[in-house]
Amino acid sequence: MDVAPIFRMEGISKRYGGVRALENAALTVAPGRIHAILGENGAGKSTLIKVMAGVVAPDEGRMTLEGREVKFASPSAANEAGIVCIFQELSLIPELTVADNIVISNPPKRFGMIDRKQQRRIAEDALARAGAEDIHPLALVKDLPLSRRQMVEIAKALARKPRILILDEATSALTAADVSKIFAVLKRLRSEGLALLYISHRMNEIAELADECTVFRNGRNVATYAAGTKSDTEVVELMIGREYSHIFPPKPPRIPVDRPPVLECRNLSWADRLNDISLTVDAGEVVGLGGLDGQGQRELLLAFFGVLRGLSGEVLIDGKPIRISSPAAARDKKIGMALIPEDRKTEGLMLPMTVRENLSFAALDLLARGGVINRGAEEGLIDEMIRLLAIRTAGLDIPVGTLSGGNQQKVVIAKWLMRHPRIILLNDPTRGIDVGTKQEMYQLLRRLADAGAAIVFYSTDYDELIGCCDRVLVLYEGAVKCELAGDDLTERALIASALDIDDRDVALRARMGA
Amino acid sequence: MSEMAGRISGRFPRLIRRADPAVVTAFGCILLLLLLGSLYSSNFLSLDYLLQQLKVASFLGVIAAGMMLVILLGHIDLSIPWVMTAGAMMACAAAGFGAVGAALAIPFGVLCGVAFGLVNGVGVAYLRIPSMIVTLATNVVAQGLMVVYTGGFSPQDSAPPAVRWLATGFVVPGLPNAVLVWLAVSGAMVFLLGRTSLGRTIYGIGNSERAAYLSGVSTRRVVMIAFAVCGGLAAFGGILLAGYSSKAAQAMGDAYLLPSIAAVVLGGTSILGGRGSYLGTVAGVILITLLQSILSVMQMPEAGRQIIYGVVIVAMLLFYGRAPASR
Amino acid sequence: MKDWRYRLADQRGTLIALALFLLMFTIYIANHPAGLTANVAQTAANKGVLLAFIAMAQALVVITAGIDLSVGMIFLLTNCLASWIVVGAPVPTALGVAGVLIAGMVCGAINGLLVIYGRLQPIVATIATGAVYFGIALLLRPFPGGSVNEDLADVFTGKLFGVVPSSLVALAAVVLLVWLPFRRSEIGRAAYAAGSSESAAFMSGVPIRRGKFAAYTLAGLLAAVGGLFLTFFTYTGEAAYASGNGYTLWSIAAVVLGGVSLYGGKGSAVGAIFGAFAARTTGDMLFVFDVDPLWQPLLQGIVLMLAVSIGAFGLLRVRNRLEWFG
Repeated sequence: MDVAPIFRMEGISKRYGGVRALENAALTVAPGRIHAILGENGAGKSTLIKVMAGVVAPDEGRMTLEGREVKFASPSAANEAGIVCIFQELSLIPELTVADNIVISNPPKRFGMIDRKQQRRIAEDALARAGAEDIHPLALVKDLPLSRRQMVEIAKALARKPRILILDEATSALTAADVSKIFAVLKRLRSEGLALLYISHRMNEIAELADECTVFRNGRNVATYAAGTKSDTEVVELMIGREYSHIFPPKPPRIPVDRPPVLECRNLSWADRLNDISLTVDAGEVVGLGGLDGQGQRELLLAFFGVLRGLSGEVLIDGKPIRISSPAAARDKKIGMALIPEDRKTEGLMLPMTVRENLSFAALDLLARGGVINRGAEEGLIDEMIRLLAIRTAGLDIPVGTLSGGNQQKVVIAKWLMRHPRIILLNDPTRGIDVGTKQEMYQLLRRLADAGAAIVFYSTDYDELIGCCDRVLVLYEGAVKCELAGDDLTERALIASALDIDDRDVALRARMGA
Repeated sequence: MSEMAGRISGRFPRLIRRADPAVVTAFGCILLLLLLGSLYSSNFLSLDYLLQQLKVASFLGVIAAGMMLVILLGHIDLSIPWVMTAGAMMACAAAGFGAVGAALAIPFGVLCGVAFGLVNGVGVAYLRIPSMIVTLATNVVAQGLMVVYTGGFSPQDSAPPAVRWLATGFVVPGLPNAVLVWLAVSGAMVFLLGRTSLGRTIYGIGNSERAAYLSGVSTRRVVMIAFAVCGGLAAFGGILLAGYSSKAAQAMGDAYLLPSIAAVVLGGTSILGGRGSYLGTVAGVILITLLQSILSVMQMPEAGRQIIYGVVIVAMLLFYGRAPASR
Repeated sequence: MKDWRYRLADQRGTLIALALFLLMFTIYIANHPAGLTANVAQTAANKGVLLAFIAMAQALVVITAGIDLSVGMIFLLTNCLASWIVVGAPVPTALGVAGVLIAGMVCGAINGLLVIYGRLQPIVATIATGAVYFGIALLLRPFPGGSVNEDLADVFTGKLFGVVPSSLVALAAVVLLVWLPFRRSEIGRAAYAAGSSESAAFMSGVPIRRGKFAAYTLAGLLAAVGGLFLTFFTYTGEAAYASGNGYTLWSIAAVVLGGVSLYGGKGSAVGAIFGAFAARTTGDMLFVFDVDPLWQPLLQGIVLMLAVSIGAFGLLRVRNRLEWFG
């Protein structure tokens, strides 16, 4: 490194209860550089950033800013030192306006009151710097779509005049056009001498932006290298710490059947989010949903599960048209549908309730006679599920929130498997869980399919789609862009159709950064 | 046989291990109060006094049971005062219609409470109006109806003998019927919350209605039922109270709203819903009744009673009812 | 979109409340035998401002996603206190007024401390403090009585220049001196931010605690202004439990009618004022229509029920059922 570092952290450790999030981690940041941080979910990246930004206090270790040791008691303390973070979970206040949010930590004042004219100027200036002039400063944040909110978040960070800017998955909800705007902004900031920390799962983004990269694994930094000196495969191996192969179960050959598909939809449309979608899922088949995040995949699953109102088009179960008006109807024995929802913490589980109560919650109607729960039957079914999914828990009567992320997700899946569903919808089930559990889940999916279940599997991870699915439908702006199967199911093809571009351009575009 | 023994011994420590610190504290406070009271007068430890207190507590107990269901869902019912009064007045009114009326007086009063509860439930569950505001409106409507009813024509407002017997009579010598009624309601609550799928669902909705809905539970129906039960129990509590004071009066319910919420919360039930045990509510009810009684026996003026009452609630909540620190 | 459309959308709740009130008030005046005379306006204003002050107080706390069930009791406590100390020569009277206002602020500050540092749920904490405040009120006035500086009282309950009800002028002054500075200050914005999303506010380095504390304390102050006016109207102090409770409950209704969201972060105390006026006018309207007084509470309840159900029409537009759960 040829530039003097501006910020250094050494020996940083942080534990949450018994879980080690960071162990003796170190990082050095230099001005005028973009530093990428890579690592799997749970590798400690988020905790590291939270320590830097003053959200979390480390148990051990020291941080120095321009050679002076610093400690941040709160996010505002870090902000004052010039460290500004754009968090993965947004830090915008929904009921306030865009301008209010941009100046929130230090509003301009006149006579003790907030100077609205000045605030407006600052906001417009910051929005322009972020390349988001289309956002009105007086709009309420809650009325903006997710991608616009993320732009506001970036503008808000810029308005604080940071010296170190941290972007944690800041582009995950953005459209391709926004991403290229942001990249231009980031490059300009780099040339202005800012230190930038960039965290992303998108290798092509890192390839375009980063000057150097640090890989995290199991709570510590395992390698730092200049960008472009390692191949993608080498990086992935550093991230997972072993050979990156053979983690998917083999796919059995498909035998055509003359029964009608278990789940089918024809010309399904909803609001402006789903656009004329038709698909079929046979028994024993795993059908993947691909595409960039937010292209209607979640809505499609919710539509099947009876959550959305005002659907047009048809849903057919076993070839018979049917109208599903609630999850209660969807889980009914005649349909036998299950949905593993997007957010296990708020939609899948009741965190303070016990493992037992969570496991049997979706099957209470089967376990109760005359409204009274048959405890013996409950116990039996729970034992079966714990064994089947190898759920690691210290007991059935501890809050499910104390389990690790992977085991929590297993509980969500198990609670639905207790009903022996015929149709299983999964909404990005492997997000934020460890590699080992992911593998178990891939095996489980295939076993369920082999036992005759029809599975719809949405994932933001392309490798998973390729490894697990018999077919993948790529969605783009709420419509099916293409269907990939067999040898056509490659990362290249997935990316190409996800970005809605011609296959030939992919290699080029990927290097350019979407 | 050995399996049986194993299960019992296996369950017993669990009961202790799972005992909610709030419930233990609440019962501890009850003992402390009795102890302090006995320093003042040995009467406080006499069986007669304790049974009398249980009898007085039973009205609040029946009402708090319903309130607990609603609070477990993360909602609140502010319509208690006039739903109570309406239940009591309607029961007394029904008794005016000869033998049939007298026989149906109690069920009719409870049914009126259920009807008000259903209005609350529909507003909260189906119209998604915040419970605080729907139940407030229901309270005003119930009050309006009762004002019209009592003003329009001279009502029958003295409690019929059956109601009086239920509140003050004795089936078991020495044990007031009201206490038996409370015991029965309590038994039903323990069974409902612990053993039935409705109870489980109530806890589930209280923790995350979204997760419960996505689990395929008809959450709206459950919320509506809980409010209906709460209304019914409030009316029943009102009827018992009317039997105790031998007539239904206009403002009889005013003094029961806040104590019923306080009893539930002092018993360790989270006001945000999803957490709490019925045993705690029983403890909360006894605690509040005892506190009020001891203060009045000590001839503390009403002002002092209110102050001590509020301070004790704050102190106990500070002791165990705090939210976790944010960082 | 143009700026004014955003500004309009921002004030929608307040404007709807204003429209509701104007509609009801017009009907009321049109059917009033005397029409809109200065005296009619004065009577209406004097009836309305009490609830308006309490509703403003409630709105401040509700904006932080809290609730203050002790606000009616602070109102009684300050009324009873005022009936002791707002008496005599101008200087003692002025000191008395200051004392009453400070007492209200202390009550509000205690609520704030319990909620912020005691980490108690606002609903239960204020139930408990409400009992304490009522107890103190009762201690001050076991029986209705006392007196007040009647000259001062008449100034605040009479008419300015023989036309404008001075209680309305006082209300406007409070809006200008208390509400607007709060709304425009960083502290006030912190209160809104804390109510809208406490975690996002924390991450953004917003002074959440100061914002909430200011909201609770100012709520106490506004309740005390209400208590002071009650004393001006009645010339006495009275610890009437049912009345205090009634004011607390109606303040919640007024806040909701005024477009303040019980989930926090949204609405304005000005909306709450119109909500309070609308609620009060309901009662008056029934009076001019010669409705049997017996039926008034019931009709008032039904109007309230309908008013709060209006919001439910928004449900018909919800196309994703998960939005039911907020």
